[in-house]
Amino acid sequence: MIETVFTPFQSLGGGALIGLAAVLLMAVLGRVMGATGILAGFMQPTTLSDWSWRAAILLGMVTGPATVLLFTGQFPAVQVPVSTPMLAIGGFIVGVGVTFGGGCTSGHGVCGMARLSQRSLVATGTFMLTTAITVFVIRHIFGN
Amino acid sequence: MRLVYTFLIGLVFGVGISISGMANPAKVLNFFDVFGTWDPSLAFVMGGALIVTAIGYRLVLNRRAPMMDMRFHLPTRRDIDLPLVLGSAVFGIGWGIAGFCPGGALPALGTGRSEVFIFTAALVVGIFAARVAQAALTLRKTQASA
Repeated sequence: MIETVFTPFQSLGGGALIGLAAVLLMAVLGRVMGATGILAGFMQPTTLSDWSWRAAILLGMVTGPATVLLFTGQFPAVQVPVSTPMLAIGGFIVGVGVTFGGGCTSGHGVCGMARLSQRSLVATGTFMLTTAITVFVIRHIFGN
Repeated sequence: MRLVYTFLIGLVFGVGISISGMANPAKVLNFFDVFGTWDPSLAFVMGGALIVTAIGYRLVLNRRAPMMDMRFHLPTRRDIDLPLVLGSAVFGIGWGIAGFCPGGALPALGTGRSEVFIFTAALVVGIFAARVAQAALTLRKTQASA
C-alpha cells in the first residue's frame, strides 16, 4: 500500500475541469462525456463523422498529462500498487462491467448523476459499493 | 473546426483527470480504503465535477440543439434492469482490483507508463468480449420471441 497526500484543492479543481469538459461536449456536439461510450464507439465505428470526433477527443485526453508536464515541470503521478496480472484481470473485468452497465465513473457518475438519471444513480451507488468491498477484501481480509 | 473543438474538450478532460488524481491508482484505491490509508480527495473530484456539470447541463440543455449537431444525444432508457445493476457491480470489482477506471486510464496513457497500456489493452478486450456476449444474448432473445 502507498500512502497518498490529501489534495482537496487540486482534486476539486481537476473535478471542475472534468465537469467543464462534460458541459462543453454537450454544448458543442450534444454528447455525453462518458469514457466507456466514447471508447466503445471508437472501437466499433459506424460513420466517419461519428468516428472522427471520438478520435479527436481521445487524442485530446491523451495530451492531458503532457500539458500538465508543460506547466508544472512534471507528469501527473501514476502510482500502481497492483501487480501486472491483477491489472490485466481488473482491466478485463472493468471492460465487461461497463459494457453491460452502460457506463462508468464519467458517464454514470458525472454526466448521468448531474441529470439526476435514476439509472445512473443506481449504477453509481452500485459500483461505488462493490469497489469499496473489493478494496476491503483485498487489503484487509487477504492482507494484500 | 468541429474536430479542433472536440480535441480541446478532450484536453480539458485530460488535464482535469491528471490534476484531480483520478489517473493515479494509488490515490483512487486509497479513497475506498477508509479503514487503511484513507485519502478522501476523490470525493472532491466527484463534487467539483458534479456541481459544474449539473449547473452547466441545465443551461445547455435549455437550448434547442447543440452548436454543431442537430440534436442532443441523451440516453433515453429509464428502466432499472439486471444488466445495469450487475454490470455496474462487476465494474466496481474490476475498479477495486486495478485502481483504474476508463476515464482515468485513457488520459493516463499519455504518461507512457506500461501499466496503463496493460490495463487499457485488457479493458478493450473486455469491452469486445462483452459486446459479443451481448449480441449473442439479444439473438437468443429474438429467436425465443419469434
